[in-house]
Amino acid sequence: MPGRIQSVERAAAILKLLSGRSRRVGVVDLAGELGLPKGTVHGLLRTLQHVGFVEQDPETGKYQLGAAMLHMGSSYLDGNELRTRALNWSDSLAARSHEAVRIGTLHEGQVLIVHHVFRPDDSLQTLDVGSLLPAHATALGKVLLAYHPYVLDQLEAAGLDAFTGATICDRDRLELELGRIRERGWASDIGELTPSQVSIAAPIKDRSGMTSGAMGIFGPPDRLLVARQPRGELVAYVREAAAAVSRELGAIPWG
Amino acid sequence: MALRERYVAAIDQGTASSRCLVFDRFARLVSVAQKEHPHIYVRPGWVEHDPERIWRNVEEVVARSLNDARLEASDVVALGIANQRETTIVWDRATGRPLHNAINWQDTRTEPIVRELVGEYGHEFFRERSGLPVATYFSGPKLRWILHSISGLQKRAERGEVLFGTMDSWLIWRLTGRHLTDVTNASRTLLMNLHTLDWDGELLDALGVPRAMLPEIRPSVEVYGEAGGKLAGVPVAAALGDQQAALFGQTCFSAGEAKCTYGTGSFLLLNTGDRPVISSSGLLTTLCCRVGEEQPSYALEGSIAVTGALVQWFRDNLTLIASAPEIESLARTVEDNGGCYFVPAFSGLFAPHWRGDARGVIAGLTSYITKGHLARAVLEATAWQTREVVDAMRADAGLELSMLRVDGGMTANNLLMQFQADVLDLPIVRPNVAETVSLGAAYAAGLAVGFWPDTDALRANWHMAAQWRPNMESAVRERGYRKWRKAVARTVDWVDEDDEDDET
Repeated sequence: MPGRIQSVERAAAILKLLSGRSRRVGVVDLAGELGLPKGTVHGLLRTLQHVGFVEQDPETGKYQLGAAMLHMGSSYLDGNELRTRALNWSDSLAARSHEAVRIGTLHEGQVLIVHHVFRPDDSLQTLDVGSLLPAHATALGKVLLAYHPYVLDQLEAAGLDAFTGATICDRDRLELELGRIRERGWASDIGELTPSQVSIAAPIKDRSGMTSGAMGIFGPPDRLLVARQPRGELVAYVREAAAAVSRELGAIPWG
Repeated sequence: MALRERYVAAIDQGTASSRCLVFDRFARLVSVAQKEHPHIYVRPGWVEHDPERIWRNVEEVVARSLNDARLEASDVVALGIANQRETTIVWDRATGRPLHNAINWQDTRTEPIVRELVGEYGHEFFRERSGLPVATYFSGPKLRWILHSISGLQKRAERGEVLFGTMDSWLIWRLTGRHLTDVTNASRTLLMNLHTLDWDGELLDALGVPRAMLPEIRPSVEVYGEAGGKLAGVPVAAALGDQQAALFGQTCFSAGEAKCTYGTGSFLLLNTGDRPVISSSGLLTTLCCRVGEEQPSYALEGSIAVTGALVQWFRDNLTLIASAPEIESLARTVEDNGGCYFVPAFSGLFAPHWRGDARGVIAGLTSYITKGHLARAVLEATAWQTREVVDAMRADAGLELSMLRVDGGMTANNLLMQFQADVLDLPIVRPNVAETVSLGAAYAAGLAVGFWPDTDALRANWHMAAQWRPNMESAVRERGYRKWRKAVARTVDWVDEDDEDDET
């Protein structure tokens, strides 16, 4: 067995220590707790900061886990768990909006449908759970992309297919759209995947604030749009339901 | 000016908590408040609740749910009650104070009484009259125990100074001052005659229960009186045992309609219409509902002790998963059960086998089996147990189901629901409102005061949220069922008389 690399072990010890703290920790305290010279710890922190695994507070100079690290740790939420937690709220969204509800998560650059509630009109419908949708052409997918922009490279490499004349196939235009979604907190697709279908979606966030899924409704334009824009009350229902699921996820700490 | 919106409130007094839910005219949930109460474990097998604490919690959740929705009593047209069944309370008529803690339905202290009754009368005596076999769950033996354990109580009960009630009676007494119960709750006491819907003299004699302490048996859907307190003036207009309330909430109003509630255990109830079907397959015969002075409807009930509890056991005792929903992810790592079957006869086999000497078995183990196969076998166990109960119901009632309506936490498990559809060869349908127990109580109360004109209006509110259609070749289904039954056969005759630490 090849020898272990001491600096990697030490860096891991720093990350472990920071991950167990809710407050930022200064370099002197870190060095004390790890039993290492302050200079060594400082060097390690600089490198970790460079790759985004730790962040330094500009005012106090103290350290905390960086966004990249948080992301790696919390982006995994079991889709079956998400469905279970979302069940009541997705039912009530379908009842209030009179439309079908879907919840999706990112799966290799696509949207994996993890939950589907039928439109409450008792028409013949089939469960979509397990199917994959293109991320750039659906409201669910655009919400997920807006909060996971690193997936864009992968998406662009695979090619941004046009499904209708309205599909956004240009990376720059897509980035602009994603910025808008981040600003207002919801997304819509107006005939971007299927000409006669509109979808509206909002992010589901877990307790670390990461977007672990998207929740939304879909249906025909004449029901979902007014003056070619998503109906305000439907957007409000979607956002309230997604926020309720987010609260549900945040309320119970992950074991 | 627009018509003022009105609402129906439902109290769901359950085993672990008391809840109050408010629904609008379209059966949409408007608000919900919940408060847990502790179980009092006096000694192994003894489970009690404090009735005063439960009443206080009920008052609190009613107030909270109204406040949350910014509603006044005048916005609420009716209050319905759904409650844990069989739990037994005795209180003083004059002071209204309980004379003993409520004895919970899970409590098994009455086993000696049950053995005596079976020895003296046999199960058929009770089954013919009440539709139930003698068992510790039902209220009669618990009441017998309380009457016996407090000195002088029997005499006071004969004079009508102390009163008996199940949870519905206790709440209605506190809400309206009247001492009554509904037919569905009365049908779980072992004291009511299924045919006359009145207390049965022979059953009362067998259990030594004085008639003077019993509540009047009323329809499930009827205005019992007006509530006081936060709900002052609101008609208390329905009471149903929780499983019957779920059947009502699922709008199973016609013979041949059935629902299954998947919780830690599962309860499958089939509406058998206006005739009680006495089971020859170990199912319970019970009241479905009685709307006002209409003909009552009856139900067959099959209870499965261990369904969701097996997933919890898999999580907590084997620690192969961190949370219950993860079992689906683990089960999906494999294509099938790999030939492995899991029969969770943890404390014997229940309906339709009734073998107390059985214990759990994992059958078909080979070196090929992984934790994924075990996870599948765990989920499939729920579906196969349900299949056995459905088969027993078909045999007893001669009714063919066209679909099974489902509710409860495990309906979030798509793999299980699809497998359930496959092994029953029936469509499985989940309604849009998951809170079927509370909704059933709300429906019943709303019906009593004319908030909804008839059951057709309630059916119109019922919408499908998901459907799973059977998609399994019959040869595969039959092979699987054969293996399941072989696994079940391997559970029996395990417990021996001289076994220690294993009281059955």
